[in-house]
Amino acid sequence: MPIEPVAQLVPTLVDLPFREGYVSSIVYVSLYVSLIAVTLSTLFSVPVAIFLGFTDFPGKGLVKSVINTGMGFPSVVVGLIVLFAVSNQGPLGSLELIFTKEAMIMSQFVLATPPITAISLAAITGVDDDVRDAARVLGGTRLDAALVVLKEARYGIATAVLAGFGRAISEVGSVLIVGGNITSADGISKTRTLTTAIQLEARQGQYETAMVLGAVLVALVLAVNAVVVRFGDQGVNR
Amino acid sequence: MPIQRREVLTALGTGTLAGLAGCSGMGGGGEEEASAGVTGETLTLTTTTSTYDTGLLDEIHGSFEEMYGVSVDAVAQGTGAALESARNGDSDVVMVHARGLEDEFMRNGYGVNRRDLMFNDFVIVGPEDDPAGISGTGSATEALTAIADAGAPFVSRGDNSGTHTKELNLWEAAGTEPGGDWYQETGTGMGEALNIANQQGAYTLSDRGTFISQRSEIDLTILVQGPIEGGPEILSNPYGIMAVNPGVHENANYDLAMAYIGWITSPAAQEAIANYQMNGEQLFFPEAVSEDPDFQQYVPEGWSSDSSDA
Repeated sequence: MPIEPVAQLVPTLVDLPFREGYVSSIVYVSLYVSLIAVTLSTLFSVPVAIFLGFTDFPGKGLVKSVINTGMGFPSVVVGLIVLFAVSNQGPLGSLELIFTKEAMIMSQFVLATPPITAISLAAITGVDDDVRDAARVLGGTRLDAALVVLKEARYGIATAVLAGFGRAISEVGSVLIVGGNITSADGISKTRTLTTAIQLEARQGQYETAMVLGAVLVALVLAVNAVVVRFGDQGVNR
Repeated sequence: MPIQRREVLTALGTGTLAGLAGCSGMGGGGEEEASAGVTGETLTLTTTTSTYDTGLLDEIHGSFEEMYGVSVDAVAQGTGAALESARNGDSDVVMVHARGLEDEFMRNGYGVNRRDLMFNDFVIVGPEDDPAGISGTGSATEALTAIADAGAPFVSRGDNSGTHTKELNLWEAAGTEPGGDWYQETGTGMGEALNIANQQGAYTLSDRGTFISQRSEIDLTILVQGPIEGGPEILSNPYGIMAVNPGVHENANYDLAMAYIGWITSPAAQEAIANYQMNGEQLFFPEAVSEDPDFQQYVPEGWSSDSSDA
């Protein structure tokens, strides 16, 4: 689990009045949930964006407006819907997902998908038609043309993934509802993320520790952004 | 520092790339560490913000988890939400403090084997200068009436929690309908409500435990004491614990829930509750162990034996 060493590093940078392992386990849960959710969402959203960008079909406008609406969809409502789905009374009740990381991944997936799809689509449609035509003229198949366009749009897609990640990791309402903000008695997080930990500290009036956790969260987001931008810079030379 | 930063970035990069490549197995090292030796049984407890935010549960659960080799997932929600989760079968055991709501929960068949667990009491807190002059009334209802008459700011939890339920009962007993600019419902946990009251110089009703645990952070002071300090009985705050009825929700972990109830009402756990202190003060008073059997705990609130054949 490559996220583990990262989570271990964080407490060495900040000295917090918490039990050992508390902060690193929270960072771990935050990264685990958000990265998996965004990865799954990217695997789902980018193909959808490619499909929408390369084909015309009746009702395409409707699909686009649904995606755009989804970008502004309140996260708390997503949390409620996922809660309804995974609650014991819900359609997925038998899986017993309530108050687990998996339920949190579900709600973050739902949250991250619209922005990733919409921004990827904008990037793909933004690629100059000449590029597409050139690829076809040079004897490329549709797939070749698509790959060329993807390569041109890679910055836009990286931005899309970042936007999705930003929405996922900074989200508090839905993960609080479906995850339950749980740590075990020894202070190791099970479903507590940085955002819900901040919420808990604020609830208890511990504003200073809340601020420190907030700084950790901001640092994480910046670090992930830096990594992705770098990744985009090196290009997709495969 | 820059060296460390580079390490973090590199490690983050590896993590992100691996994550993006989709090779993150479920249940990573962090989980395994947290649940070493756990037989896989997990007890989900929904409870109130007051038991959780005071740190009591974290303090005492360790010994239960060790004893049975299980883990307890405590979800702090407030009494109303905790009971609702239990009704939906999303928890196995529920620890709350609103006897009326608990009786209803039991009557409707969602809960079984309710036990009295512990008590503390409610206090009315407010700013030191006490604009409504409630200090020294010694009566909760008179104090609330005075606050309403003065139109002094009052913060209500407004979240269907045990404390909120108690507050509404107090207004009812005082014969006053709260409302107006001075009455603010926050919809938050007790700690946050205390903070808001502190910021605004408002009065609020708090359980003594949460107030003590936050006393160092806020300038509010106790103006009407509860029964622990000789105040009126109406401010008592008993906590009960119930198992979710496995007949209603077959996925409820009934055996573990009963093990938990048995453990938390045992002399050892009750002693741990009594010994739990914050800022040098005892927060909760155990109530499950007594010299004589306490059959009264099984009698619903307000129940009387005046049946028609008497």
